[in-house]
Amino acid sequence: MQFGIFTVGDVTTDPTTGRTPSEHERIKNTVAIALKAEEVGLDVFATGEHHNPPFVPSSPTTLLGHIAARTENLILSTSTTLITTNDPVKIAEDYATLQHLADGRVDLMMGRGNTGPVYPWFGQDIRQGIPLAIEHYALLHKLWREDVVDWEGKFRSALQGFTSTPRPLDGVPPFVWHGSIRSPEIAEQAAYYGDGFFANHIFWPKQHTEKMVRLYRQRYAHYGHGTEEQAIVGLGGQVFMRKNSQDAVREFRPYFDNAPVYGHGPSLEEFSSQTPLTVGSPQEVIERTLSFRDYVGDYQRQLFLVDHAGLPLKTVLEQLDILGEEVVPVLRKEFENLRPAGVPATAPLHPAVTATKEA
Amino acid sequence: MRTLKLVAVSAGLSSPSSTRLLADRLLQATRYKLAEQEYAVDVEVVELRDLAVDIANNFVTGFPSERLQDTIDRVTGADGVIAVTPVFTASYSGLFKSFFDLIDPAALTRTPVLLGATGGTARHSLVLDHALRPLFAYLRALVSPTAVYAASEDWGSGGDEYTEGLPARITRAGEEFAALVAAGSGRAEEDEEIVPFEKQLADLRLD
Repeated sequence: MQFGIFTVGDVTTDPTTGRTPSEHERIKNTVAIALKAEEVGLDVFATGEHHNPPFVPSSPTTLLGHIAARTENLILSTSTTLITTNDPVKIAEDYATLQHLADGRVDLMMGRGNTGPVYPWFGQDIRQGIPLAIEHYALLHKLWREDVVDWEGKFRSALQGFTSTPRPLDGVPPFVWHGSIRSPEIAEQAAYYGDGFFANHIFWPKQHTEKMVRLYRQRYAHYGHGTEEQAIVGLGGQVFMRKNSQDAVREFRPYFDNAPVYGHGPSLEEFSSQTPLTVGSPQEVIERTLSFRDYVGDYQRQLFLVDHAGLPLKTVLEQLDILGEEVVPVLRKEFENLRPAGVPATAPLHPAVTATKEA
Repeated sequence: MRTLKLVAVSAGLSSPSSTRLLADRLLQATRYKLAEQEYAVDVEVVELRDLAVDIANNFVTGFPSERLQDTIDRVTGADGVIAVTPVFTASYSGLFKSFFDLIDPAALTRTPVLLGATGGTARHSLVLDHALRPLFAYLRALVSPTAVYAASEDWGSGGDEYTEGLPARITRAGEEFAALVAAGSGRAEEDEEIVPFEKQLADLRLD
């Protein structure tokens, strides 16, 4: 199984000090967090994509390219790449380039985005969100697999005799996940292509995740890519840990209470019982994470959100130390022991990555 | 015959509340009429006051608590809904609107709904037709023709030469609503469908 972190890239005031990092600081901190993820033995770093304040990651391949140059093993990914408002041709070019620079350590997650105005800012119509995700990905899929593409669609200008360059590394396109909270069309799309399905999972009750993953597995088997158990599933998670559970709760509460998205609403305790948020000891995080398997089955990738809501860099790096030293090694072993033969341990790796591992 | 399920939603805030009282009376009148036609009826009253924090939290987090979800399911699954609100600042109360804001806009389609409102003076009675009725028209509910407004004075007076008294209006509303509920009692559940990916592609005329 692969373990990693995913970042939203929010610039948020630390509610305990009133200090707001600059954009420059946040970007540099994000790099430090990614480097730390590699140092503590995590497998994946994924960044979100946003085109409005208070978020900094508008240019994911620039960030990931920089991280690629400074790491050896970390898989660089996204959470998510906006398939609706980006030109699929540019996605094909950018991520193929990144794949070459990172020697294959790249996969990406398609998403529709949740910020209404981004659609018109990029010349699209939000009411066409799902059809855009379907058509754009159909083109991207083709651009990475066919050297010369003739294309005509509803949303993008036509292409005649177009070759997207560079071609994917060794002719193997990056592995693709499709991320969704509750749109069955996206689970269906992931199943159709035999791609991975990533359930955001965080900030939402598990029922959404359970339902979407079940649908994806059934349809994955329906389209003949393998058995339901062999479908490639990833999940999000949100954690804050200290040696003693009470210390974790005490320290995280002001960040929780003032957090964007869910702050000023339910209590930390209520939200922890309603969503996968786990604030407590490393052991509590281990137990909670293992329990995800009860409702999604054996899965291949677990990403944690650890750097949002204004948490200072020092605290985030401490969280990564705890993840790397106390949590992930146990989870790796436990999940591996539970995994039946025939179920893939990880999402497909690029052959160049597999070769490095074997060397 | 299947047992019919009636749910009354009361946005009254005080205890005892005249809004709750009106909801109870409307429920009783409907039930009485349905019982006359030998329908088995199951009734429930939802007090939104008890869910006020859950409702606010749903706006913040984007999802309902388990308790709120259960209530929403019972309301949207009912054979008939009686919706009663106090009049606040020329309209339904914020709590009343907030609850219905959290219901899927299609979830009450074709559900018979009986409207009621309460206020300090009869001068607000058009709230029924100018605020409540459009809200439920938007939700495509089957709104019962007679809606009932109860002003404070109605609880202590009979009718006059122009208007029937409150009990007569409640009885009439109950009769009309019972007929709608009985007529809709064969309503079938609709299943969620998967659109196969080939169809999604075909809709875009892609290969």
